[in-house]
Amino acid sequence: MKSILLALLLSFFCLSSQAAIETYEFDSPKMEADYKHLVEELRCLVCQNQNLAGSDAALAQDLRRETYEMLQQGKTPDQVIDFMVARYGEFVLYRPRFESTTYLLWLGPFLLLLAALVYVVRRLRAAGKPVDVDADRLAEARQLLERDETRQ
Amino acid sequence: MIRFALPLTIFVLMIGLLAYGLRLDPKRVPSPLIDKPAPAFSLSMLEDPSRKLSTADFAGQVWVLNVWASWCVSCRAEHEVIKMLARQNLVIIVGLNYKDQPADASRWLDTYGNPYAASVVDGDGRVGIDWGVYGVPETFVIGADGRIKYKHIGPVTEESLQQKVLPVIKELLG
Repeated sequence: MKSILLALLLSFFCLSSQAAIETYEFDSPKMEADYKHLVEELRCLVCQNQNLAGSDAALAQDLRRETYEMLQQGKTPDQVIDFMVARYGEFVLYRPRFESTTYLLWLGPFLLLLAALVYVVRRLRAAGKPVDVDADRLAEARQLLERDETRQ
Repeated sequence: MIRFALPLTIFVLMIGLLAYGLRLDPKRVPSPLIDKPAPAFSLSMLEDPSRKLSTADFAGQVWVLNVWASWCVSCRAEHEVIKMLARQNLVIIVGLNYKDQPADASRWLDTYGNPYAASVVDGDGRVGIDWGVYGVPETFVIGADGRIKYKHIGPVTEESLQQKVLPVIKELLG
């Protein structure tokens, strides 16, 4: 009984792992959804492996406020993202954009896969082909083998 | 021989790449603002809140913006270096007092000395956001054309002053 109570009590502490403490009121459910999506997608610069939603850093709070206010002013999520990228660079995006500096990042895995496929296909083809051996040497080898057998 | 050469080459290349990656500092995020016009601000001065100072006041000259706060521990370490730069009398150094209490900030300057031509108050950190500030202290060098030429993240040490900041300033001054 005691342990059940304790477990129940402890479970209250893990209800929310999000550090967002500010309460914002939104004009529409869409705006709220946009806000939630943005703070999930944008990366905090102070705690670099957290998003804005999960970070308790002062800067993350400021950027959440900035995000909220921009949405309230009628800006689109893309405009918010442009705002952040203009100031903090591509780093703030968990999903970097597809442009000249990120081609390798986006295409790299597929290039590696392609290279591996080409390699495997070539190996398989080579394995299927009859081995090209000089006829004279083959006859010589056969002779040697036969001699070996007659000796036994 | 060739059987070993190829995997070995790939292995060595991988090691090289990973060793290079280990040496990079992930805390250093390159600023997209380099060579872009310095974000404009118009903020009240710490010394006299009734007076405002704006980026336009520095048009046509090379200047340095140093982001600092009294709560920032590494700013204190950096302060001696900023004073060193001020003593050279090469450029105006403007302090951006970031998310601080004016009373604390003034006391901090009284205690540790004031190398700034002026400090402006960014109480809510909005100008900081415009300048892409994410770790105080940060130091920017702005050219006579109004563009940010260099950004130093974290405390400027004597070494980085001599090797990075001063060469940039001297080159801009011509």
